[in-house]
Amino acid sequence: MDYRGLGLKVGLEIHQRLKTHKLFCGCPSHLREDEPHQWVKRKLGVSYSELGAIDPAARFESIRARDFFYGVYHDTTCEVEIDEAPPVPLNREALEISLQIAEMFNMEVVDEVHVMRKIVVDGSNTTGFQRTALVALGGDFSAISTKWGDVRIATLCLEEESAYIVESKPSYAKYRLDRLGIPLVEIATYPDIWHPDQAKEAALKIGRMLRATDRVLRGIGTIRQDINVSIEEGARQEIKGVQELDLIPKIIEREVQRQLNLLKIRDAMRGRGLGEGDFNQSVRDVTHLLVESKSKLVRKALSSGKKALAVRLPGMKGLLGVELQPNRRFGTELSDYAKVFGGVKGILHGDELPGYGISEEKVSAVREELDCQGDDNFVIVLADPDSGKLALQAVLDRVKQALKGVPNETRRALPDGNTSFLRPMPGSARMYPETDILPVITRPYLEVVRSVRVKTPEQVIGELVEGYGLTEELAWELFDSEKDRLFIRAYLENKGLPSRFFASVLTGLMKSLKREGFDVDRISDKHLLDIATLLAKGELAKEAVEEVLKGIAQGKYKDVLQYLREARISDQELERVVDEAINRLEAKIKEKGERAFSAVMGEVMKVVRGKVDGAKVSKLVRRKIKEKLEEVS
Amino acid sequence: MLHYRGRAKRVLESLGIQDYDRIRVRRGRLTYEGILIPRPEILDDDHIILKLDNGYNVGISLNGAEIELVKRSSIIKEERAELGRFDPRKPKVPLIVTGGTITSRVEYSTGAVKSYERPEELLDKVPELADIAYVEYVPLFAEFSENLTKDHWTRIAEEVYKMLKGGAEGVIIAHGTDTMHYTAAALSFMLRNLDKPVILVGSQRSIDRPSSDAVLNLIASAKMAAEGEIADVMIVMHGSPSDEFAYAIRGTRARKMHTSRRDAFQPVNEPPLALVSRNSIKVINPRYRRRVKGESHVFLDAKMDDKVALLYVWPGMPAELLSDVADRFNGFVLAGTGLGHTPKWIIPKIKEIVGMGKPVVIASQCLFGRVDLKVYETGRRLLEAGAIPADDMLPEVALVKLMYVLGHTKDMDEVSKMMRANLSFEIGSRISLRDFPPCWGVCNGL
Repeated sequence: MDYRGLGLKVGLEIHQRLKTHKLFCGCPSHLREDEPHQWVKRKLGVSYSELGAIDPAARFESIRARDFFYGVYHDTTCEVEIDEAPPVPLNREALEISLQIAEMFNMEVVDEVHVMRKIVVDGSNTTGFQRTALVALGGDFSAISTKWGDVRIATLCLEEESAYIVESKPSYAKYRLDRLGIPLVEIATYPDIWHPDQAKEAALKIGRMLRATDRVLRGIGTIRQDINVSIEEGARQEIKGVQELDLIPKIIEREVQRQLNLLKIRDAMRGRGLGEGDFNQSVRDVTHLLVESKSKLVRKALSSGKKALAVRLPGMKGLLGVELQPNRRFGTELSDYAKVFGGVKGILHGDELPGYGISEEKVSAVREELDCQGDDNFVIVLADPDSGKLALQAVLDRVKQALKGVPNETRRALPDGNTSFLRPMPGSARMYPETDILPVITRPYLEVVRSVRVKTPEQVIGELVEGYGLTEELAWELFDSEKDRLFIRAYLENKGLPSRFFASVLTGLMKSLKREGFDVDRISDKHLLDIATLLAKGELAKEAVEEVLKGIAQGKYKDVLQYLREARISDQELERVVDEAINRLEAKIKEKGERAFSAVMGEVMKVVRGKVDGAKVSKLVRRKIKEKLEEVS
Repeated sequence: MLHYRGRAKRVLESLGIQDYDRIRVRRGRLTYEGILIPRPEILDDDHIILKLDNGYNVGISLNGAEIELVKRSSIIKEERAELGRFDPRKPKVPLIVTGGTITSRVEYSTGAVKSYERPEELLDKVPELADIAYVEYVPLFAEFSENLTKDHWTRIAEEVYKMLKGGAEGVIIAHGTDTMHYTAAALSFMLRNLDKPVILVGSQRSIDRPSSDAVLNLIASAKMAAEGEIADVMIVMHGSPSDEFAYAIRGTRARKMHTSRRDAFQPVNEPPLALVSRNSIKVINPRYRRRVKGESHVFLDAKMDDKVALLYVWPGMPAELLSDVADRFNGFVLAGTGLGHTPKWIIPKIKEIVGMGKPVVIASQCLFGRVDLKVYETGRRLLEAGAIPADDMLPEVALVKLMYVLGHTKDMDEVSKMMRANLSFEIGSRISLRDFPPCWGVCNGL
């Protein structure tokens, strides 16, 4: 695709958690999986006038007047996270780390850091605002170079992580407080990126520099990318929560595709002479037309007291079925709006009906009730009347926007590279000073930071290659998969570890197991370290490693020792297997002599692969062949 | 206007720059552009604060900075939605504003905190109020509560009296939280024959924050004032860290027991009067004055002598301390240890002061439980010396009550009699086993 011609502009926002305690209290940056000890219920009040026409995102949240529940852990969260006490002064270590990062990117650090409150009313912060501070600014002097050209770093902010969302319903949301307050840096680039692959390369390079400091957290969720994408004639989209770098180009390609298709829909609507006024439609109750429907979906909804509400979409026939991204149609976008604004489960529309067990006859009845003519379309929701009306109103509003083209939205990245609607893009952030925190003059901290030498990613790789006998490629793979620390530890703790082999286990093998669908989350660092120990001692065969890991991923073994107990073949057993193979291949051995080795070996390994050291097998096979030959001669 | 001092002031003035002007600053490799924000006094005079277009404030050192004016400040009018209206058919409940953060809002263009000017502005944040009461807005003064004196209490009492006589169904007083319980005690003694609710309310998180506790506190206060049966002076604030319900706590029994929590106010030596949620009032404690329909028969008795001191006893407290201050005050409250004790060498001084015709009242720094001077030798000797036990009164309440009593009589017998009489439910006859909130085990199900 001609991305230059399309005017593709992409900017990145990279969020990286820092390796230190929380930003505004002394609690550890400790994530929890267990049930919180106590739940606190809160409301968030933002005054309506403040929201006015200025901040649609905030208004839309407040319209829902939701309850927010916050899960408290008495041992690892305190009064600060639950907003029962003012914040303590900014975590100095976090400030130091962020200054160090700013220096790495050759940014200009501000003289005095001021903590701000950025209003966030989705409940993800107990205070109703996120505390954030601009630490450094960039320009031409702070660019990342890529194959497609430079990408300038614009800003570096130090901010607090939000609370972890456990459950979200239109009427309430539940959050856990373990994550709230963990320090993170947000690094934003200028929209200098014009090619999807360039975005990945820039993100990769930024991520590598962050990791090279060794003062950032690692692992799932500790770094995430937001991507801002726009094309000429389209509109800027903020795509949230991309955790895998490999997905970045695909997400951008698909977003371009989506915007181009939305522009086609716009042109089609204009071509059909449609205008905004056509979509001031009233919502009708069509429950009575569907009561006897054979559709399970409909019957289940109606029997639980819900209503069927419908609205006419004049001139829209065929357009709701238009595919925007693979398997996402314009109808899916409308459905997103209905879900988000009305809290309904989804919509049914004319381009997919008859279907879902709803007959032609019922469809005709609905069309007739709504006065649908020729190429008119319609949308049905099954919901309680209040939610249903909100949902259909949101659908009508979204169709009106389609006449203009692409609306500005905040979207969520989906695992397949598509995106779904999350909320309208907020207006300019409402920020005001955090009066509970005094500004910090950066100079003394900057002096400390400058006195410490920080390695570049290239230096880290150089050390891996020289110190541990790795190839450069393997070293980068280790570093990029965040396994370099683990590797070094295994190497130092286990003399005689086959280092390249073990490095390839940590990188290539783990990756391929994941690709094959194994649950690699079950494989812990402890498992991998045990493997290193046993490999070094010669108690585990290289060939066995794959089987051990698969077994652990499947829950078959709880640890490596269990595998050794259950799966290892005894010397006697091995001898029996070799003898059997030799007997089976007797003719071949007689014919080829010692050159039959590989055939016999192949036969034996079929049975014992991974259960015994290959070298040991080959020794035994050679001896047995020799014996056999002596025996027959 | 220019809120800068020293060096920064000189530099900015020489360029003719004022607060909120748009300026450009070149420093190092960067050129900043933004709005000049006033600098708080406690910060140095070597930096200026700029609000950049991305909303962030940054401090820029004046060293090597080249500053130029881009544009004069233009008042950025914040778009405001149309405000709601109060319904005059609802019960009339004036809101007397004395300070605190409950009626302030943030101007986002500058970050400045402004005070509300009209009652309708409250509806912007707390639209629910319109369904409960017809709120009139009475700005009396704007003072942090730590700066209040007896004279402020009197002015509030006079205003409440005026409002009740003028047909109010109840009165709400917006007040800073630090000394809210002192004001509550003072009003409890000054407003005699009270027959309508008088509510003090504040917020532990200022109302400009989305998570402010003021919303629920105001709704609960309005509900108690407009509909409640209880015609006492009360503090109505959060009952837990959740935004679920508030407690109405008697003015003579309330104490701020936490520096920052929403549920900082706790009743001492009795349960809360009522639990108030958005939709209901549940009475917990049956000891209260009842609301009387129609015209109020309250009368004001605000005579007070504020020459009263409250001293905290500590181990090793020197007796001379008392002699040093004896002349300057007409009465003393000592927050004693345990059942109400002081070091033995203090006792002769107490006797001396009592002999001068100045009452000495003994309360307990335990706060919970009753002063009892009959159990130990020290207590008995304090009684002999003429000290007056405060019974189960809080030290702060004993202080305010002694001011009130001394405003009425200097006769020692009369003072003693009044101090030990129950004037406004400040003294109780029984304390139930459950009336002890800091009991850790109970809270944690142990």
